[in-house]
Amino acid sequence: MKSIALTSVALLCAVLIYSTMGFPAWGDSDSPASTHVSDYYIENAVNDTAVPNLVTAVLADYRGYDTLFETTVVLIAGLACFFLLRRFKPRQPQHRLYRHIDTGITLIIEQGGKEPTDSEEFVRIDSRWVPYDLVIQQASCLVIPFLQLFALYVIAHGHHSPGGGFQGGVIFGATIILMAIANDLRSAARRVSERLGALMASAGVLIYAGIGALCILLGGSFLDYSALSKLFAFTPVMARSHGILGVEIGVAVAVSAVMIWIYYNLASAGRHEEGL
Amino acid sequence: MTSQIPALIIVVPLLVSLVVSLAAWIRQSLCYAAALCAMLVAWISAILVMGRVINQGVITYRMAGWAPPWGISWHIDHFNAIILILIATVALINLIATRSTAAREFEDRPGVFYALYLLFVTGLMGIVITGDIFNLYVLLEIASLSGYALLGMGSGRAAVSSLSYLFIGTIGASLYLFGAGYLYIATGSLNMADIAAILPTIEQTGVIQVSFILCLIGLFMKMAFFPLHTWLPNAYTHAPNSSASLIAPLTTKVMIYVMIRIVLFVYQPEFAFAEMDIDRVIVWLAVIAILAGSMLAWKQERLKRMLAYIIVAEVGYMVGGFWLGNTAGMTGAVLHILNDAMMTLCLFLAAGAVISRVQTDAFGALQGVFTKMPFSMIAFVAGALSIIGVPPTCGFFSKWYLISGGMEAGHYAFVAALIISSLVNVLLFFRVIEIGYFEPFDSHHHKNGQTVREAPLDMLVPLLVTAGLLIVMGFYANTLVTWIVKPAISAATMGGL
Amino acid sequence: MEELAAVFVARYNYWGVIILMGIGLYAMIAKTNMVKKIIGMNIFQTAIILFYISTAAKYGASIPIIAHGHGAQGHGIRAADYMNPLPHVLMLTAIVVSVATLGVALALAVRVYWNYDSLEEDEILNQIKAGQLNRK
Repeated sequence: MKSIALTSVALLCAVLIYSTMGFPAWGDSDSPASTHVSDYYIENAVNDTAVPNLVTAVLADYRGYDTLFETTVVLIAGLACFFLLRRFKPRQPQHRLYRHIDTGITLIIEQGGKEPTDSEEFVRIDSRWVPYDLVIQQASCLVIPFLQLFALYVIAHGHHSPGGGFQGGVIFGATIILMAIANDLRSAARRVSERLGALMASAGVLIYAGIGALCILLGGSFLDYSALSKLFAFTPVMARSHGILGVEIGVAVAVSAVMIWIYYNLASAGRHEEGL
Repeated sequence: MTSQIPALIIVVPLLVSLVVSLAAWIRQSLCYAAALCAMLVAWISAILVMGRVINQGVITYRMAGWAPPWGISWHIDHFNAIILILIATVALINLIATRSTAAREFEDRPGVFYALYLLFVTGLMGIVITGDIFNLYVLLEIASLSGYALLGMGSGRAAVSSLSYLFIGTIGASLYLFGAGYLYIATGSLNMADIAAILPTIEQTGVIQVSFILCLIGLFMKMAFFPLHTWLPNAYTHAPNSSASLIAPLTTKVMIYVMIRIVLFVYQPEFAFAEMDIDRVIVWLAVIAILAGSMLAWKQERLKRMLAYIIVAEVGYMVGGFWLGNTAGMTGAVLHILNDAMMTLCLFLAAGAVISRVQTDAFGALQGVFTKMPFSMIAFVAGALSIIGVPPTCGFFSKWYLISGGMEAGHYAFVAALIISSLVNVLLFFRVIEIGYFEPFDSHHHKNGQTVREAPLDMLVPLLVTAGLLIVMGFYANTLVTWIVKPAISAATMGGL
Repeated sequence: MEELAAVFVARYNYWGVIILMGIGLYAMIAKTNMVKKIIGMNIFQTAIILFYISTAAKYGASIPIIAHGHGAQGHGIRAADYMNPLPHVLMLTAIVVSVATLGVALALAVRVYWNYDSLEEDEILNQIKAGQLNRK
């Protein structure tokens, strides 16, 4: 089996490598790929959209329809993980573990026993609990605010530098995941609950698609942000620029929320009780 | 504003799917109603678009207002307008018919089910409507990913089968993307019409040929063309009923549409048929697919699994008919896309109705279902007759075109395979009907024998409507061909053939 | 010899991508562990992403961000000075798609593990043949 697989894959590679002989040389600036469509973007994007970062301009405007569905794909991944994994019935645990914060004594509460949920002195811990690492916890506490600020910078600065909704959204989602890894799933879920994550995921894509639909209502085509100039006091070019910012924010909201949502479902196998 | 009607086909299901996934966290009961409204709007706008295409010709919709090679544009002609109506019809009927099934199968998450349902439909419609080869890939993944989730939710082996579908489907989509990359290197464009204009002007190198083969293999994987069909039977057999009857009629047919679109409108017939010279090879593969699909169907002991193998054979019909390369064969293939989707929907809905009452689809348990569920089984028989190809059901007409195409091309093996497969289908369905009609209802086989009765009305009415449509489509087959299928094909084959 | 070197220099990145693709494909065919298959699938998709990105390169061109291009004043821009932005855009989409596929694949793998207590394909097949199914 393995030798057959190896031979067939090697044959396929050989054929494909042979086929690259017909390609233009790598880096050739006269190749069709670098001349036919791309020249228009490079020469006109700034005039058309007032966005110096060409990747952002093409991503969110010329090919904004692709990007809308790209965001939808992320949402589908979140929905699919929830759909396939989430188990609402809580597992009947034999016992739950609580740790007395001051003394470090662990209480084992058997099933049916009274749990010290309201107490300030006890904190619930995972069944496979390892002692908290002070360095990791404090370091993540220090880093997370700056990471979140950086995420917002990346989102807002997508017009002028590498960045945008996807990148910033992923960084933002990663901060919450970092919190979940450094502490536990419950402390992350106290900041961003499952419901909030799910609502934000859909709302983010809805912002994007809603801006597109608003353009139809204002008399343009779907996602034609220049139609927004009728609503606000922008020139059509600036309307495109601000429309791009609007959809990038939608993308960032959706992506960050979906990353958190997927992490919750995968890390806890759908129970949302104890994470990794 | 009327120029924006095509946009509604995609925008409304997309927006509503987002609203539904929000409503899933607020009020689950709103989800079904919202999904139903979205499908109705999409269905009506698809019909309006069809009317405009017939009256005014091809519609080009510029996304975000950018002209085609630079922006993404939609290209709607007779061919994709009719496929849009088909997708909307199947999804609408299935949505109504499987309401109670879905409520039972996904008791605590129907909201997310309807969100994925709408996204799947949006993905398929987007594949059909788009005029951009990369956008096609993105929407292909939208439809596929929501499909994996819907199929993987069943009990037992569903997750394993869905995962192996995911592996094969991802390789298929990636190979398509790879082929599109070769095309991009050779032409520098992603717009289908633009590529079609550039391709004849540039020197035909191995790059284009390899891109053609890569795209074709990728699509063959996605459409379950024998021998790349291995994912299909397991994925459809173990899937939840409410999603199987949505995905089984549509996925393979839409992939066949994509193959026809790419071959005729991007690479164009002169290149695909004359220069590549692989049409005879593919027709022979189709012959093998038809025979193998029918034989494998014969070995199955469960209704849904038998239907899944029949789909494998039907894919062979359409691929073979198209690659015969003459007008009759292509007409048959296009007409069969429409017919086969409706027949498969009818049979899967009937199987779903039986399963909802009998609790299983093993042949042994079907004794006496005709007396217990007469109307469901009438619809089942209508679907069966159509698959076999008995007039006046629609299956007869497409098969007629396919056979005459085979005769015209002198490909008698294909004609023979079609006839053999029809005979095998007779035996297949007669076996089911024999058990269900002639063998008496045996309460020993049914632990809950008393509860087997006719399917509920909300399941039965859509099923009977589908069965009725099979006959209506048979009566209007000629109208369909002259008004829609002929213009669709002649637009592409003006120069060649 | 020099000609061979010229061919190599003009194509080697495509060859690397194709070999990477072969590695991914081999992992998907030959490995029996589901997670290894998923990793192979990811390598395969990454190869295609790199393939597209290769097409964006131009000798002597800078990153596709117009310098001093604030506020709709893009006059005198020469296309040869900037890289092709389109493949980057396309692959941003493809990266996201491959991440989403990875998420769905892992979710399905978790479900498979619930049903069979294993991610090894041959063990799962044996269990299916034996007709047993331990549902947790």
